Amino acid sequence: MTTRIIATGAYAPGQVITNDDMAKVVDTSDEWITQRTGIKERHISSGENTSVLAVNTARQLLCKAGKKAEDIDLIIIASVTADYGTPSLGCMVQKEIGASNAVAFDITAACSGFMFALSIADKYIKTGIYNNAIVIGAETLSKIVDWSDRSTCVLFGDGAGGAYVEKSQTDGIIEEEIGSKGELYDILTEGHTECKNVFNDKKEEPDPLWYVNMNGREVFKFATKSVVKSVERVLKNAGVTADEIKFVVPHQANTRIVDVISNKLGIPHEKFYMNIDRYGNTSSASIPIALNELNEKGLIERGDKVILTGFGGGMTWGTMLVSW
Amino acid sequence: MVFEKIREIIAEQTGKDEEEITLDTNVKDDLDADSLDLFQIINDIEDEFDISVEDPEAIVTVKDIVDFVESHKN
Repeated sequence: MTTRIIATGAYAPGQVITNDDMAKVVDTSDEWITQRTGIKERHISSGENTSVLAVNTARQLLCKAGKKAEDIDLIIIASVTADYGTPSLGCMVQKEIGASNAVAFDITAACSGFMFALSIADKYIKTGIYNNAIVIGAETLSKIVDWSDRSTCVLFGDGAGGAYVEKSQTDGIIEEEIGSKGELYDILTEGHTECKNVFNDKKEEPDPLWYVNMNGREVFKFATKSVVKSVERVLKNAGVTADEIKFVVPHQANTRIVDVISNKLGIPHEKFYMNIDRYGNTSSASIPIALNELNEKGLIERGDKVILTGFGGGMTWGTMLVSW
Repeated sequence: MVFEKIREIIAEQTGKDEEEITLDTNVKDDLDADSLDLFQIINDIEDEFDISVEDPEAIVTVKDIVDFVESHKN
């Protein structure tokens, strides 16, 4: 018995911001951004918060899977940009779609978040506790980037993507691994909140660590090494060769990082499904947004072997080999 | 030997001919390498010589890399 992705969905805010638009906000250019990242444009919220993106994705999933909200057992949302500290995005989605019989919660694993959430859903299903789940990655990164820092603000976008999964006796998740390397936690951070209260004397200054901060060189090194090793282990453990893979859906962080991963794995670039040019880096939403596009275009058929792989803050990584 | 290996790594990453790369070559300016190219060159050099480069900003010329590797490798 395993867990199978039955339907995919995605939703992004309507407002599209091009590299030329970015050049009006910070000192940058289309050429600079394109050459170093592969990004041409990104969706940026006009006010819709993360829950709105997640709810729209969840509605699509119910519709495409032909399921009633009351039939959903489990809702897991991965995000680093939830509307609130509490409630979770999961509970907000539960209310809006009317999934009154589900249990809902959020998890945080940054850009690997969707992989972690899918892994958790898979365990609940494999242990027989639940039969199905809605798993979503949703982010409005526009609210936590420093719009005066040209080295980071050009990289990110807003969006959500997800999957409806259920128990399967045939195809589905074949092999997976998730991992973390906390010793590197400070090379990629966002959303730091200081401990301020009336009984200490912390100054009322804006906290620069609220925004996305990253050590580009260390993140590049981690990303290129961790993903390659992770995909190699998953393939080896499954006894599947790289040739048998129809598509790899990588976290859309940077085209250049994915190029290095492709070269090192010896899996041709054409097999890496990319849409970073239109979305930028949407953190936990990037893999399901790309997977949904791949699925909607009809580029994968049932039974095809697909790899989903992500890496991100924590530092964390996660890879899954699925028989679609 | 160190120089030859470093030259090979840089040539592969930047797509340049090995003959173009000398000790005086400025990696960014002379080879049109951007920061991500440099990251990858340093990654490959770290793996090849089993060393760790803490300050990539200090690397400007090929000679800087050769000197660093020769003073840090076992």
